[in-house]
Amino acid sequence: MKINRSILIMPGNNPGMLQNCSIFDADAVIFDLEDAVIPQEKDAARLLVANALRHNGGGKAEIMVRINPLDTCGKEDIRAVVPYGPAMLVVPKVEKETEITDIVRLVKDCEKTGQNPISLTAVLETPLGLFAAAAIGMADRRVAALSLGGEDYATVLGARRTKEGQELFVARSLIVNAAAAAGIYAIDTPFTDSNDPEGLEKDALLARQLGFKGKIAINPRQVEIINRIFTPDPLEIEWARRVLLAMEKAQQEGAGVASLDGKMIDKPVAVRARQVLQAVGDIEQGKEGVL
Amino acid sequence: MGSVQQKAQAGSLESGDILVMVSPAENDGDAVIELESLVMPQYGRAIHETIKTILEKNEVRNVCIKAIDRGALDFAIRARVLAALLRAGVSLKEESE
Repeated sequence: MKINRSILIMPGNNPGMLQNCSIFDADAVIFDLEDAVIPQEKDAARLLVANALRHNGGGKAEIMVRINPLDTCGKEDIRAVVPYGPAMLVVPKVEKETEITDIVRLVKDCEKTGQNPISLTAVLETPLGLFAAAAIGMADRRVAALSLGGEDYATVLGARRTKEGQELFVARSLIVNAAAAAGIYAIDTPFTDSNDPEGLEKDALLARQLGFKGKIAINPRQVEIINRIFTPDPLEIEWARRVLLAMEKAQQEGAGVASLDGKMIDKPVAVRARQVLQAVGDIEQGKEGVL
Repeated sequence: MGSVQQKAQAGSLESGDILVMVSPAENDGDAVIELESLVMPQYGRAIHETIKTILEKNEVRNVCIKAIDRGALDFAIRARVLAALLRAGVSLKEESE
């Protein structure tokens, strides 16, 4: 599964935005059928997203659809959009692994013969969901990522939501840990002030430091900053190449341990170096539009 | 044959959208389509054809459609016509045309 650094969410009932989804340089876009659509427009939004999937490509951006929870109109969403092949469904407010298995069953029933299997991102937005994070991540091989719904989570906690995000520190760490345990990606919650680029940069840097691989954007203006923060910089890339060269040289010389600039390189360091180069490869592949 | 049971509408007058209003026709016969568009000289005929095709596929006759286009692309026109028909009580054959 390709790593998406920036995932731009847009209202599923706004044709002007859906038709322009590919021009914002986001690695992926989410057509939102949940919170961004008022209840009386859910039917129209579902038809709009289904027709956008069928008749409009996303360009190089991977297209995802955020469905409604199954206890509201999630089943109708699945039936409407799955046959037209979004890359991923974003499932909100997941609290139990059985919700994932239920959704996978419904998705399989709606997929056409020969269609690429649709992946899932599970969004955890409650304390119960956070406790079950690892089980949710491992509930089915179609789960490709875990994400945090920071606003809902802070509300359930009764915590004040701040730009610094201390109230989300444990939740973010739990999600990154659970995603790593499941061998999938962690995607960070949006930074909701689209007029504060400095605040977004700090928030994205913290998320990357914690181990998130990408972040949801709520405004096209946020995409460039998120892409930059989640792209390895030239110094990191150079370091990763030198680490792997040093490892290779040590192996050729039959040395048990490699070193670089006076520091020992062991297996975890080599794995990190490979992860950096893997991320660079994914980004380059995305730019070429080969998904 | 799909039958329009009541007045209904879908879409909006925002840029890139189209507002589609449907109502049962007063007389039996072919569908009546009334279209306003900012791009009528360039695309009026194509939009009209798209609406007509959706009505034919869903076997909807005896309907009046008024559509006010604000530069909607084909996918949006299809979706809004289908949504208006659905809300008017038509049982659609397929929800993405």
